[in-house]
Amino acid sequence: MKALIIGCGRVGSTIALQLLKEDWDVTVVDENEDALSRLGENWPGTFLVGHGMDADLLRAAGIEDADAVVVATDGDNTNIVIGQVAQKRFGVDCTVVRILDPARADFYNARGLRTVCPTKTAIDVLGEAVRACAVPVRTAS
Amino acid sequence: MPYVIVAGGGKVGANVARSLLRLGYEVTLVEQRRDRFERLEDEFEHQVHRGDATELFVLERAGITRPPDVVLALTGDDEDNMVICQLAREKYGVPKVIARVNDPRNQAHFDLLGISPTICATSSIMALVEHEVPEHELIHLLELRKENLEIVEVQIDRDSPVAGKRVESLKLPEGARLISVMRDGRAEIAVGATSLEAGDQVLAILEPGKEDELRRVLLKR
Repeated sequence: MKALIIGCGRVGSTIALQLLKEDWDVTVVDENEDALSRLGENWPGTFLVGHGMDADLLRAAGIEDADAVVVATDGDNTNIVIGQVAQKRFGVDCTVVRILDPARADFYNARGLRTVCPTKTAIDVLGEAVRACAVPVRTAS
Repeated sequence: MPYVIVAGGGKVGANVARSLLRLGYEVTLVEQRRDRFERLEDEFEHQVHRGDATELFVLERAGITRPPDVVLALTGDDEDNMVICQLAREKYGVPKVIARVNDPRNQAHFDLLGISPTICATSSIMALVEHEVPEHELIHLLELRKENLEIVEVQIDRDSPVAGKRVESLKLPEGARLISVMRDGRAEIAVGATSLEAGDQVLAILEPGKEDELRRVLLKR
């Protein structure tokens, strides 16, 4: 199975390494060639330098026969556009897009884009963590 | 008077907002950068808002739920312009959006997302260069996206197989018509009896993708 990861920051690089371990054929794209170092000493997959908005680069990265595309650059709107290009132009049904802004994540999710919003997850987890603290109830003095 | 939201207060956005205000339009300008916003505030006062126009609450504060008659996405970032247009049209029901394309290579993405009309300075300049420099044999003048038609200009030269022929005798490709013939600085509507001469500039309307067929008929290449 082939996976294409756009954006090799903390998130993109970690997913790339995980999928590689699960025997995926992984290609990573990042604007900055230094990002390759996030993939460890001997990255056995493919790594391409360029912008994910560049359709020629996406083709060179094998998007036309990718089974999954993960879009995780540091720009919400860049991710939204690349995600739609992967889904609508290249027909990759399993396109997963990271969107930090919960409002935009909801809007595009309702329009059929698989969005993941770490901000919402953080809010939920933090809320639960606070509620789990069992803070003693203060009585009004 | 129509209400317009202008996203992006750089040279393009600020000048468009200024011109619209002069015409009596109701305008809200949205600019993200603090330095620019502060300069704009002196001139536009309450008509400029500070914020990222791809954030829903910023758009809502700017009055997008009314909704405006037109939203202009004129920032220097194509991804932002695409998202602004999608939100405006699909979330808030804005009837008309116009987007600026900064990098012509992104035009295909705007088209994919159905964002139209778009305006791209680079493409406009290239069309002008091609129009002004007669060496180019087939020039794209206008794209009518909705109609799926385009208007092109063809320069008839001495080697052209149609020089000396009447329009009615040409085997033009299906879906292509000649509109006019320009000769010695004067244009005439092309009718069946119009004859073509070397040096003529011919306007044609055709379906996109038929350019090569038209070129073969008019120029034999």
